Amino acid sequence: MELTGAEIVVRCLAEEGVEFVFGYPGGAVLNIYDEIYKQSKFKHVLVRHEQAAVHAADGYARASGRVGVALVTSGPGATNAVTGIATAYMDSIPMVVISGQVPTPAIGMDAFQEVDMVGITRPCVKHNFLVKDAKDIAVTLKKAFYIASTGRPGPVVVDIPKDVTQLKAEFDYPKSVKLRSYNPTTKGHTGQIKRAVQMLLEAKRPMIYTGGGAVQSNAAAELTQLVRLLGFPCTSTLMGLGGYPATDPQFLGMLGMHGTYEANMAMQHSDVLVAVGARFDDRVIGNPEHFEQGGRKIIHIDIDPASIAKRVKVDVPIVGNVRDVLKEMIKLIQASKERPEPSALKTWWTQIELWRAQNPLRYDHDSELIKPQYVIEKMYEITKGDAIVCSDVGQHQMWAAQFYKFDKPRRWINSGGLGTMGFGMPAAMGAQLANPGGTVACVTGEGSIQMNIQELSTCKQFNLPLKIILLNNRYLGMVRQWQEFFYGERYSQSYMEALPDFIKLAEAYGHVGMTIEKPGDVEGALKEAFGPSLKERLVFMNFITDQTENVFPMIPAGKGLNEMILV
Amino acid sequence: MRHIISLLMENESGALSRVAGLFSARAYNIESLTVAPTEDATLSRMTIVTRGSDDVIEQITKQLNKLIDVVKVIDLSEGGHIERELMLVKVRAEGELREEMKRMSDIFRGRIIDVTDKTYTIELTGAGYKLDAFLEALDKDAILETVRTGASGIGRGDRILKV
Repeated sequence: MELTGAEIVVRCLAEEGVEFVFGYPGGAVLNIYDEIYKQSKFKHVLVRHEQAAVHAADGYARASGRVGVALVTSGPGATNAVTGIATAYMDSIPMVVISGQVPTPAIGMDAFQEVDMVGITRPCVKHNFLVKDAKDIAVTLKKAFYIASTGRPGPVVVDIPKDVTQLKAEFDYPKSVKLRSYNPTTKGHTGQIKRAVQMLLEAKRPMIYTGGGAVQSNAAAELTQLVRLLGFPCTSTLMGLGGYPATDPQFLGMLGMHGTYEANMAMQHSDVLVAVGARFDDRVIGNPEHFEQGGRKIIHIDIDPASIAKRVKVDVPIVGNVRDVLKEMIKLIQASKERPEPSALKTWWTQIELWRAQNPLRYDHDSELIKPQYVIEKMYEITKGDAIVCSDVGQHQMWAAQFYKFDKPRRWINSGGLGTMGFGMPAAMGAQLANPGGTVACVTGEGSIQMNIQELSTCKQFNLPLKIILLNNRYLGMVRQWQEFFYGERYSQSYMEALPDFIKLAEAYGHVGMTIEKPGDVEGALKEAFGPSLKERLVFMNFITDQTENVFPMIPAGKGLNEMILV
Repeated sequence: MRHIISLLMENESGALSRVAGLFSARAYNIESLTVAPTEDATLSRMTIVTRGSDDVIEQITKQLNKLIDVVKVIDLSEGGHIERELMLVKVRAEGELREEMKRMSDIFRGRIIDVTDKTYTIELTGAGYKLDAFLEALDKDAILETVRTGASGIGRGDRILKV
């Protein structure tokens, strides 16, 4: 059957079972939008800025585990999408971004709204394509979905010139696709897994360190089973929160720059460390030379061989899908008569409890000002730990990660790798669409929220009842914190003057606005916002918080894990 | 250490820039890079000469393998291999230099492939150090222009890079 390129694009998305396309129309994609108008298989979500389209697709992907889809026009539409694409790339989020391109004969002519999208996105995509012929659209989109969702997931850009969407071609959507140059390893090497298990059973001061990979491969159940089977302590990166239940006593909290004392000290002093879908990045282990002085044995499980031995030397590398590898490990441990030496493990836990007793996550409960940590704690109580929490980037992000206890995966959605301010609200839109009826909160700051504030309009149009928790300290808080600590309290450009009246702003967009100024009002406001009377409404909560509150504990950049500033 | 890495990749537009972009984005060093289609027109073969510690070379091969268009990668320096580079040198060939240049070209087993009454163009093939040695041996003022292809490499004996 002969179809136009635009018809083929829409048919392919339907064949892939796409529920939502987040996008913004423009000249180069008009043919595709015309076909979207005529179909009913998927819903198009019109955002107010292309960056938000990509973040929304990203939030949808993180919340649902499915491939997110965004559609943007050529030129500025495409460049606006780049920040979103880079965000997804850094956090390995499966996504397909379709961008319009100027007609083939105009490419290279500096045509109106022309930009070399394939060139611009090359360093921040898993792969990208320029489709030059309508007959190639179907197979290219099939490849795009396949590449985005397999191996280490990531965003794939498909750039389609306008004339290609106009021309006709035979449509036949391939059921599967094979690439000779792309065969990700999923099954871990059995010999290596055996070695790893032996090492674990002989460990005296073991530590399990999990990351985004455990969430992405849906390995939370297996991870929990393994940790409990062994009786080992477990920590998580910012990206891995929810992979292991945070309320479990074997969980030591998040590690890294703003991690708990016990997690970081246990990392540094462990004798056998298992990294599960985590990559030893700079915000996690600080200075790699300092980290390596610990002299522990490292087992590293990751789907991406390039993540292994990139920043630290590894004793047992296991390339494979985290979930499959953990399953195999559990089987081997269950079959083995050996168990870790109980007395050694007891001594290790005694040490860990001493570290834990330092509790650097404490804050002043008697303050007359609203402490941001208190807001998060109350929100945790009121939502019974069951909300999907999307976050922007900065202090509020760290407080949310520290004080909201995630017991389940895919409940914590934030830009960990790229650290993209403006990510929170659009990502929450995607998460809400993936969980209609679910509670979705966006924890943000007055800096971050203003980077994509226009999306309040999208939320109105699509009835997305987000609960926006603005921790408003009138500062770019994390910048201010660094300036206080490392720049002699010279607060260069970190004060937010002339903030809008957020109540009026929320109301102008058709939502409910609240300003909360006293600690005594926090609980009531949260109860109202999350309560049944406002269930269908977006509530914008402007919490006026203590301006000078800092995120503790903290490892200054370049320092070692045991060189934390506690309070 | 100097490494010579050979790879096969899909012969598609943009494939070269993916490799070149990877090297610049991750601050890896490229000494030379050559690429051309193979006997199978759907594949290109590339030879990259780079320098780095063992850790860096390991990352380079892993990152190259990670590129979707790359089909196979080998580090030729891990075993016996042969490398060759082609150089064209245009030299001054007047007066007593004319005989001298002919003699030097013969010693290095070069071939004179273009002649004018004032210049010779010499073609020379060999490992990079041999080409360096030839340029060293010439009177600097006599060299008018040089162009080199960068190294191409192949494994010795049974070491074969094929899909």
